[in-house]
Amino acid sequence: MNQVFLIARRELFAYLRSPLGAVIIAGALLMDGLLFYVQGLTEKLVSAEVLQRFIYNATAATMICGLLLSMRLLAEERQTKTLVLLNTSPLKDWQIVLGKYISAMIVMCVLTACTAYLPALILVNGKVSLGHVLVGYSGLLLLGSASVAIGLFGSALAASQIVAAIISAIILGSLLLLWMAAKAVDPPLNRFLSALALHHDNFRPFMLGRLELGSIAYYVAMTYLFLLASIKVLEARRWR
Amino acid sequence: MIEIQELYKYYGDRRAIGPLSLEVAKGEIVGLLGLNGAGKTTTLRVLACDLLPTSGTVKVGGFDVVAAPDEVRARVGYLPDRPPLYEDMSVVEYLAFAARLRRVAAPAVTKRVSEVVEMTELGDVRGQMIGTLSHGYRQRVGIAQAIVHRPEFVVLDEPISGLDPVQIVEMRELVRSLRGDHTVIVSSHILSEISETCDRLLVIEDGRISWVGTEKQLFSELGQGMQLAVTVRGPSADRVLPLVRALAGVQEVEVVAASEPGDDVLTLQISSKSDVRDQVCRALVSADVAVIELVRRQGLESMVLKLLGGDEAAGRRKSRKKRDADQAMVDEAAQASDKQPTEGA
Repeated sequence: MNQVFLIARRELFAYLRSPLGAVIIAGALLMDGLLFYVQGLTEKLVSAEVLQRFIYNATAATMICGLLLSMRLLAEERQTKTLVLLNTSPLKDWQIVLGKYISAMIVMCVLTACTAYLPALILVNGKVSLGHVLVGYSGLLLLGSASVAIGLFGSALAASQIVAAIISAIILGSLLLLWMAAKAVDPPLNRFLSALALHHDNFRPFMLGRLELGSIAYYVAMTYLFLLASIKVLEARRWR
Repeated sequence: MIEIQELYKYYGDRRAIGPLSLEVAKGEIVGLLGLNGAGKTTTLRVLACDLLPTSGTVKVGGFDVVAAPDEVRARVGYLPDRPPLYEDMSVVEYLAFAARLRRVAAPAVTKRVSEVVEMTELGDVRGQMIGTLSHGYRQRVGIAQAIVHRPEFVVLDEPISGLDPVQIVEMRELVRSLRGDHTVIVSSHILSEISETCDRLLVIEDGRISWVGTEKQLFSELGQGMQLAVTVRGPSADRVLPLVRALAGVQEVEVVAASEPGDDVLTLQISSKSDVRDQVCRALVSADVAVIELVRRQGLESMVLKLLGGDEAAGRRKSRKKRDADQAMVDEAAQASDKQPTEGA
């Protein structure tokens, strides 16, 4: 695991030394702040509804930032030819992928923590439970984790960051829109598609403050699936 | 140390290397020569475990690159044609990172990094960001990362590419300094550099080793001989010519236009079957003749070009390109004809 944390630390330095990390965090905070004001403070709502709307709206910034944070992780290394250093060091491919994933998730956690002042305002001025806030944030982190994994998979496939972002956005967009596709088909296919959708049915419990095992398992499985796919892409490239 | 048997590497349907077999003994410095696209870089990437072979056996230090890649990687230091450098790290940070990746124990990292910084003469830029370094320093950092974990085997792909003459001399000394502690394989387009630094030459052509041997063997096997221009000061041609003609291996000696101004300066052009530079120098100096210049007129380049077929090789590449282009046109035409009925419908 030492090698994993070594790679994660190097990536964290890269986020800190380039404006990328700060710009992404600032952009997410601006987006969350504006949506909080427009959707939560411009009409009369009970505190729980304001919190639900905040958590719902924050998913947009979480997913976009997940992709932006992860698009560079492997594609940039391939672009600048530095992946050779990792490929020719005594490392397993899973160590490379996990190290990169952890670094992006640390930034994602910092980003998510930075938005905590908004639910804190609701907690202080309204009547919501801390549990609801914590469950909502767990959902955001799980969704962020799946987004980072999808972005990392796109980054493993592509040779440039832009292409990586496009591939990841298409995958993420398709998974998001599955709930719409579910509406257009008959049972039991609609239930199957709905269960696969990245947001909607799987995120709603977190938004409402309910911790459901099925939803947690879904996001963990999506993260695992896309990280595994990224590892397999790296392995396949050595044989190509 | 290195054992390759019947190695093949395909990129899709295209054979990049194979069948390729060779052995490199411990402590040797071996030069890999070949034209562009001959398969040099692919061979080195397989040795460094960056790519896996399509078939065949590749063993480094007794470990197979497919069965035990991590063991191989721990024993290999690799400098690709473009050094894998993180521009946002300082030289020492980067070298420490590379050392830790290659399993150098944490307490030993600082000491080892200082050693390689000294060895590669990077002391002046040790705290500088890699992104701000000149090309020469970048190559040095590239070599430093390749040896920071004390690998038994060092693979250098075009280490002098893009360097200025001073940097080439420094790099040549650096590669020579690896002798003894490491087994080194170097590829380069500057063939005279290979002959300066390597014990043995491997000539690769169309993914196969077409010739193995020393520079001396190359000259003698091709029977091409060597052309030397020797400039001396003082004696008359009548005195010098018999001295040189009497040497074993010398085929022809003639007086040509002097390479330097001066009434007492004389330039001789010597054709020989083998490398007679030592003998010529010794004979002239023992006869009290002042040798002021000795230049090899026919270099290793022409030897290797001859070995590789020279114009024939270029012709082969041209015809291969033409064949690929023709095939692409045929494919395009086939696709267009496939499309037409669908569009019409």
